[in-house]
Parts: sequence; structure tokens; C-alpha cells
Amino acid sequence: MTDPRNPDALLVADQITRRFGGLLANQDVCLTLARGQLHALLGPNGAGKSTCINMLSGDLPPSSGRILFQGRDISGLTAAQRSLVGIGRSYQRTNIFPRFTVLENVRLAAQSRRQQPWRIFSNAMRQQWMLDKARAAIDEAGLGGRAERIAGVLSHGEQRQLEIAMVLATDAQVLLLDEPLAGMGSEESAKMVELLKRLRQTRAILLVEHDMDAVFAVADVITVMVNGQVLESGPPAQIRASIAVQEAYLGQEDSFHV
Amino acid sequence: MKLDTSLVLKLLALAGLACVPLAGADFYTELIAKTLVMAIFAMSLDLLVGFTGLVSFGHAAYFGIAAYAVALLSPKYEAASLWLVLPASVGLAALAALVVGLFVLRTKGIYFIMVTLAFAQMFFYVFHDTPLGGGSDGLYLNVKPTAEIAGFLPFDLDQPTHLYYFILAMLVLVYAFLARVLQSPFGRVLVGIKSNEHRMQSLGYVTFRYKLAAFALAGGLGGVAGFLYSVVFGFVTPELLSWHQSGNVLLMVILGGMGNLVGAVAGAFAFVAMQEVFSMWTKHWQLAMGLMIVAAVLFMPGGLSAVPGRIKRALQGGSAHD
Repeated sequence: MTDPRNPDALLVADQITRRFGGLLANQDVCLTLARGQLHALLGPNGAGKSTCINMLSGDLPPSSGRILFQGRDISGLTAAQRSLVGIGRSYQRTNIFPRFTVLENVRLAAQSRRQQPWRIFSNAMRQQWMLDKARAAIDEAGLGGRAERIAGVLSHGEQRQLEIAMVLATDAQVLLLDEPLAGMGSEESAKMVELLKRLRQTRAILLVEHDMDAVFAVADVITVMVNGQVLESGPPAQIRASIAVQEAYLGQEDSFHV
Repeated sequence: MKLDTSLVLKLLALAGLACVPLAGADFYTELIAKTLVMAIFAMSLDLLVGFTGLVSFGHAAYFGIAAYAVALLSPKYEAASLWLVLPASVGLAALAALVVGLFVLRTKGIYFIMVTLAFAQMFFYVFHDTPLGGGSDGLYLNVKPTAEIAGFLPFDLDQPTHLYYFILAMLVLVYAFLARVLQSPFGRVLVGIKSNEHRMQSLGYVTFRYKLAAFALAGGLGGVAGFLYSVVFGFVTPELLSWHQSGNVLLMVILGGMGNLVGAVAGAFAFVAMQEVFSMWTKHWQLAMGLMIVAAVLFMPGGLSAVPGRIKRALQGGSAHD
């Protein structure tokens, strides 16, 4: 099934629900991620954004509902299998190989696309295609010149860029980015926003983010979640004007300034 | 050209080991031969513990299975062919590890430690309590395997010197094999799993399969050590599969510094040396040994393999104040 309203739809969440015991963390959530679009997922803490992204990436199986990638039901696939079909994700808490170099982090990501585990006598550092792919992803993520650094000593912002570079090296068509701007300074943050704009052109992006200014600057579609449910979904102007959204955020620390 | 200090040191150590039989002290030649066998065993475990992050507490099972396989596959009063019995015993050890791996690799952390131990205990009792293994006395290997191929005898394992060099060659071979594997894409995945398995999965690696391959490979290489042990000593007992043996090899890896092949070899030498020295001094050598190991872990984090780096840093730190 492809979304009839959107022929470019790559990843579709169709009424996905997740229960933790008696708690409904996500209830009948519907999302459509289309190529060329940046879709932002907003909501106060505890709204279920992380649960949602975990279900899309395969880290958490949905209790009910379907997830479709290019029309194919992928609800039963593991995280590794979803990565191989073209869904990449970055994590809210930086999730890298801290003791490897930047290049090795990204090279491992590139290697995952053509795994030949039986070639145990070839040298990983002499496989040109992996290195080329890794360097291209490093450059695209804005880390050119940092390739030989140990990942663990990079600045926080650079580590977030590294996460993106790893996802890019897997040729992911859908990027699920969990708070890529978290903890970044304004300059780093501005660079990341530029990067997101560039990446959106050829891919579908889901962005979970707290930085409202950034979200309204880059998002094509915004979905607002509250208490595990979708409250409102639409273009930024619609969200900005929504009374329901304003009410939901009233009294919240990170309320809209509109 | 830059002189590779680490390579020079390795070659010097190898040259030193090659000179051992020339001294003509049979007791020490045999002791070092035994230590080299343990060093191969420790390297095989290091592939799991130090490089893949799998702390197996049952690695002696594969050592023992290969050792028993030699005794069981050899005819009673004739020599078996080395070229058959070596691959067969190593293959059996790897196969056993593959089957056990299918089960134990579904667990993690402390459970993995316990389940690997449980499987090793099962194998222990198979050899201890069934007619197959000859009970607690074990089995004798009356005649060592022969290296003869079509009437030509390249070396004779009955001669202690030949046997010593055969073991040394196997050590170098296993080291070179592991060093090579670890820099292959497969090896890099294992190190990635140790560092961050969850991330490897989200990058598209089915980590279970890689861990299973590593587990079988380590079992097979542990089997190489078990094969050699059986040939050196000419008999096998269930003790070879006991949890003491699994613990000893784990201690060797920890003493040497996990994730370093030369460290594993150094750890085996340190362990055997301590065993020898303390048992000469006192009946309660295990107490002294325990204290030494506690001290080593406390004051030498990273094990023996971290010592050269520390000396280097200390020297550089010293010169910086000049």
C-alpha cells in the first residue's frame, strides 16, 4: 500500500500502537515520510516521540498496526534488516564507537552494505570502495579533516555529525534522526540545519527535535504528539495556527513563541 | 625507513623461543613447550573475550574435546596420521563450539558466563562418566601421530626437539592467522560488536551470526591447543575440560591484557611462571598466586600488554621536565 495522497511516500506508519503493560505509549499513530520532505515530530516530554521512532527503526516491535516501506509491510523486520532495506537512524544519546577513528566508525557503516564475512584474509583498510564511501559520507556530514580523529574526543556537535555520517554511509533512503541538535551551540546548530536541508533533497527525513526555531525553519510537515497520540499534523503554518497545539503546549517549558 | 619497534621485539622474542631447545635442558624445553600450548589456548580465548566482548567461562571444553579426539581417533598401538587427526580434532572442537554457540549466544553478560560454564560442565561429565572417555583416569595416547606423507617424513613428533619446533610453528601460525583475521572486515565487525553491539545491529549487521562464527573459530583454535597438549603429554583426563582450566585460561588473558594477542602469549608465560615459582616455594602456592593476580589486576590495568606503553609514557614524561 502506498499512500494515495502521496506517491513519493517511502515510509508509512499505519495506526501503530505500543503498550507497556497498562500504559499506552503510542496509540494509533499515523505518519507518512516522503522523499524530498522533512517531517518533524514534536511534543512535550513523555508524548511518545521516542517510542514512535523506536518502532519505525525496529528497536521496538509495535503492539499493533503496520509499518510500510515502499508499500511493503516491514513491521516484522529487525533493526538490522530495516537498516539493510534503507532505513537509517541516529540516536538521541550519541551512539558511536568512541575508541575508533571517525573514519573507522563510518567505514564500518559502509561495510554493512556489502558484507562478505567469509573473506577473512582481506584487509578492511584496503577495500577502496568502503573508504571512498566513508570519506564521501564524512565530507557530506561536514566532518572533512576530522577523519583520523578518535571519535570519543570529538566535540559533542561533531559526534552528532558523525552519527549522521554513519547513517549516510549506509545509503539510507529514510533518515530517522532523534534530536540531532540536542546540546549543540548555535553555530553548530545552524550548520546542522543547513545539512538537514541538503539531505532532505534526495531522502525522506523524520526529525524528532525540541528546538522549535530549527523545526519551523526546516520542516515541510510537522506532527505534534501528546499523550501517545497525534494531536495535529500538517504544514508549519497550520501547526502554528492550531489552537489545540497551543493549548497542549500552554504552561510547557518549551512553549511556542508565536 | 621507520623501524617498527614492536615488530623487532616480536622477532627477538621468537628468536629467543627458537633457541630454547639448544640449551639442552629437557625439563625447561618441555615446560616452555607446555607454555606455548597454553599461549595458543589463551590467544583463542582472547578472540572471544578481548576482541568480541564475549566472556566465555567454558573455553576448556573445546580444548578438551580436541585432546580427547586425538586419543580416541588414534589406533591403540599404531601412529595415526597427523594430517588426518589434526584437522579432525580441530574440526570436532569447532563443531562443538558451533552447536553450543547456537544456544549460549542468545544470552548476554553474566548469563553468558554461566551458560558457557554449564555446557563445559556437561562435556566434562560426558568424558568423566561414560565409557567413551575412560573415566576420571582418562585415556592414553600410546603413539604420537606421525607426519609421514607417502613414505616421506618431514619431521618426527616423537623427537622432543621436533615436537617443540612444531608447537612453536603452530603458535606463529595461529598468531598470524588471528592477526590477519582481525584486520579483515569480519574482524572489524567483531571489534565493533565488542564496542557497541546495539549500534552494529542498527547499522545492518546480524551480530548473532558474526558472534557464532567467532565462537566456532575460537573453539577450533582452542582445539589446536588441545591437540598439541594431547601429543605433548601422551594422555588426557577430564580435568582438561574442568572449570579450573577454563578459569586459568581466562586469567592468562586478563593478566596479559584483553584484546592483545601478544598479551595473551605473555599472560600464559606469566601464569605458568608464577605457578612454577610459587609451587617451588610453598604448598599453598594457589594462595600466593591468587594474591599476585589480585595485585596485577589492581596495579596493572590493561595487563602486561599495557606495560610497554606505560614505560614509554613515563620516559617521555620524564624527559619533558628536563
